[in-house]
Amino acid sequence: MVEFFTTTNLGIFLLILGQSLLVVVPLLVALAFLLWGDRKIWAAVQLRKGPNVVGAFGLMQSFADFVKYIMKEIVIPAGADRFVFLLAPMLSFVLALTAWAVVPFNDGWVLADINVAILFVFAVSSLEVYGVIMGGWASNSKYPFLGSLRSAAQMISYEVSIGLIIIGVIISTGSMNFGDIVMAQDGAGFLSWYWLPHFPMVFLFLISALAETNRPPFDLPEAESELVAGYQVEYSSTPFLLFMIGEYVAIVLMCTLISILFFGGWLSPVEFLPDGIFWLCLKIVFFFFVFSMVKAITPRYRYDQLMRIGWKVFLPLSLAWVVLVAFFAQYGAFWGAYARWTVGG
Amino acid sequence: MSVADFAFYVFAITTVASGLFTVVSKNPVHSVLWLIAAFLGATGLFVLLGAEFLAMILMIIYVGAVAILFLFVVMMLDVDFAELKAEMAKSIPVALLIGTVLLMQLGAVLGVWQFADGAEAARAAITPAVEEIHNTAALGQILYTDYILLFQMAGLILLVAMIGAIVLTMRHRTNVKRQNVIAQMHRDPAAAMELKDVKPGQGL
Repeated sequence: MVEFFTTTNLGIFLLILGQSLLVVVPLLVALAFLLWGDRKIWAAVQLRKGPNVVGAFGLMQSFADFVKYIMKEIVIPAGADRFVFLLAPMLSFVLALTAWAVVPFNDGWVLADINVAILFVFAVSSLEVYGVIMGGWASNSKYPFLGSLRSAAQMISYEVSIGLIIIGVIISTGSMNFGDIVMAQDGAGFLSWYWLPHFPMVFLFLISALAETNRPPFDLPEAESELVAGYQVEYSSTPFLLFMIGEYVAIVLMCTLISILFFGGWLSPVEFLPDGIFWLCLKIVFFFFVFSMVKAITPRYRYDQLMRIGWKVFLPLSLAWVVLVAFFAQYGAFWGAYARWTVGG
Repeated sequence: MSVADFAFYVFAITTVASGLFTVVSKNPVHSVLWLIAAFLGATGLFVLLGAEFLAMILMIIYVGAVAILFLFVVMMLDVDFAELKAEMAKSIPVALLIGTVLLMQLGAVLGVWQFADGAEAARAAITPAVEEIHNTAALGQILYTDYILLFQMAGLILLVAMIGAIVLTMRHRTNVKRQNVIAQMHRDPAAAMELKDVKPGQGL
């Protein structure tokens, strides 16, 4: 039986399919509750109750919404480019899930343990902008088009700083594999995680992640007070649902990236407790909470301010940080905190 | 047919078919989208060759940045397709000629190209064994250690080109009001506002 799954083509295919489902299904179920949590937190900050009707404490609200979305009629605007219009939400949904192929959940718990995992995530997240651009363009309408233009410029701008911040972590680890990055942070509990040596970059990464995922305060592509809902204006029913799920999966991915790159992934914060997937989930939920709070308490940025921060503040800062980290790593500054090379070096 | 063979055919057919559609698409935006599909096919081919670093870089640079700029320009331009077609009809003989020459060159590479005796050995000499080092580290070794001078010079040339482009296109307009963000942030409400007590019937 084991041989069937490791030697024959069909067996390997079924094995990979099963593993993928094992990642995707819990992720989507967790997402339903994270969405509920997002709305609850938002409501609590505004002294509202939030979703509270479907299920206990409104816990089943996301599932009710899901059913509502897929039961509705798909409306395609008359002047729309039908093929691209329907391709865009599928693309943003599929790409958002694709990145999870290389994310490790525990020591060795990863679908594809590739050498360039971090580049893969970066590449896939740079593709996610296409869902937005294609959706906005194919709608053949003004607001979606403006929204997609904004989104393209914004995501490209912040990808640059995210890339540079990631390079700092890669320099410290000497590897682009997520497993190596997490294991390099093993040691004296939470003090040996990368947030300490890479301290300023944690905040830059968090803010860039907000911009990259079009979250408030940088949700200009869908700014509902000026562009109605940006690139999503013409979407209804399942295509809209796919866009929304894609967006939220990307947000959870960013939370996971922060946890893995700077907060030790599945490592336990104190030495006497065992490591495990529990810690990773806890960290992801914590950063999702931070994302929700930021959404609830910050006003929206103006577009020129957004661009200014991206290019004139974050880019020089992260570039200077890369140079600094390279020097620290090369000369073993701070007791080798910046040079934890497991391979090469 | 093994899985790798099957994957090769999928990626190869994707690349070629997307390339074809890039050329024949009527709508320029569709052309760019097909071009992106071609890039993605090429990414898959790189992965199959074991060059995963190049594959990811291709995806990040070409798909994630260059193609987006293409898409931007194509979407923003108000292109008159009828006029464009008329223009194209005029230059078809030249295009055909260039295409034929390229095709013949490709044919030459496939058919009658001959390698020097030492070529294989010369290539193998600078290529580390796959088992020893994975290709990200190998590329880094070659670019930043073995050929650092050439790499830096290439970088310098690109930098000069970039500065040149900026200098050529920059205009200093004097009548534009610009924001001084630092000054804005340090504005003091007390200094910016003055409260006046307006007496009824008198005004200021």
